[in-house]
Amino acid sequence: MLEISPFVIFIASIFTNNMILSNFLGMCSFIAVSKEIPTSFGLGQAVTVVLAITSVINYLLYEYVLIPLGLEYLRFIVFIVSIAATVQLLEMILERYLPNLYYALGIFLPLITVNCAILGVSLFMIIREYTLIQSIAFSIGSGLGWTLAIVALAGIRKKLENAPIPKGLQGPGITLIITGLMAMAFIGFSGIVQIQ
Amino acid sequence: MAKERVSKIFKQGILNENPVLVQILGICSALAVTNLMMNSLIMGLALTFVTGISSFTISVIRQFTPKHVRMIIQVLIIAAYVIIVDIFLKAYMPEMSKALGPYVGLIITNCIIMGRAEAYAQVNPPIPSLWDGIAAGLGYTFVLLAIAFVRELMGFGTIFGMPVLGEWWTPWTIMVMPPAAFFLLAILIWVLNSKREGEVTK
Repeated sequence: MLEISPFVIFIASIFTNNMILSNFLGMCSFIAVSKEIPTSFGLGQAVTVVLAITSVINYLLYEYVLIPLGLEYLRFIVFIVSIAATVQLLEMILERYLPNLYYALGIFLPLITVNCAILGVSLFMIIREYTLIQSIAFSIGSGLGWTLAIVALAGIRKKLENAPIPKGLQGPGITLIITGLMAMAFIGFSGIVQIQ
Repeated sequence: MAKERVSKIFKQGILNENPVLVQILGICSALAVTNLMMNSLIMGLALTFVTGISSFTISVIRQFTPKHVRMIIQVLIIAAYVIIVDIFLKAYMPEMSKALGPYVGLIITNCIIMGRAEAYAQVNPPIPSLWDGIAAGLGYTFVLLAIAFVRELMGFGTIFGMPVLGEWWTPWTIMVMPPAAFFLLAILIWVLNSKREGEVTK
């Protein structure tokens, strides 16, 4: 994996290997939160920041603590604890120094802990054996890709408010179909770059 | 424990309150591993094991866990069992472990387990919690198998890797790709919702 340039990984993780549309990560909050564009955007930003921080921390923990000690199998516990701690810390820092952003994000910050995209990115970077620089590119790209998808979905859902949707499909059903269509559209990007 | 109570828990977990279709929980992995039936079966069984046994554990220690740290304790318990599953898969089914990739680890953040822990195991004795967790896990497994059946049949012309459709079948590549997973899950939810509505109006 060493030869792939970080820039390629960055672009690929936004478009061709989008976290939601091709790896299905972070679906829970994706469906629940994507009703309004501003909140989706706020959540997307928060996810991107947390992704960037946790991937670096997890990378360093894995490379310099778990591997030398031969404790690779403990990675799930270590990763989830470091993610929870990062989110908690970020919450305190934001509350102290950037209260506006803190109140804008509100409930979404703690919810990020259980967003599978965060843990997923950390696990992917271990499995694909990225270097530190590649991991940073991958995590920021994934965060931006996630934001792009959720904001686009929120925009489409806004337009759908007055559409006559069959009763059984309302809510999650139609959201999944829109996501499916978006995923099909994103397949069109797959000619640009490809990672795995 | 009364028999009808167990069967009621199972009916709820698998049908009436199916975690994937009704509560829309845990769909990340439900969509990702369903391109092959074998993957879905293993994933479903792994999740059933983790949900059941972690519900049991959480229920056993529920009286000793302080309220404000219970979340982190639950996550740690779940993570411990997921590690067991991961090591087991790596040792006995290395191919499967590769195919499932990060999704085994992602069982930790699967909302079904936390959901059952919060909604049921926190307030019920251990044995019913165990059944409840297993029922929710089986509900998840059935949905996975249903989606995987269509995707594998139409995408590869096989079931559990055995060719069933013969030479004349042209595989639908779209079925193996992500969009089909979204569409099929939406259709399943649609069918179930319409059926439930019919029952309510009757």
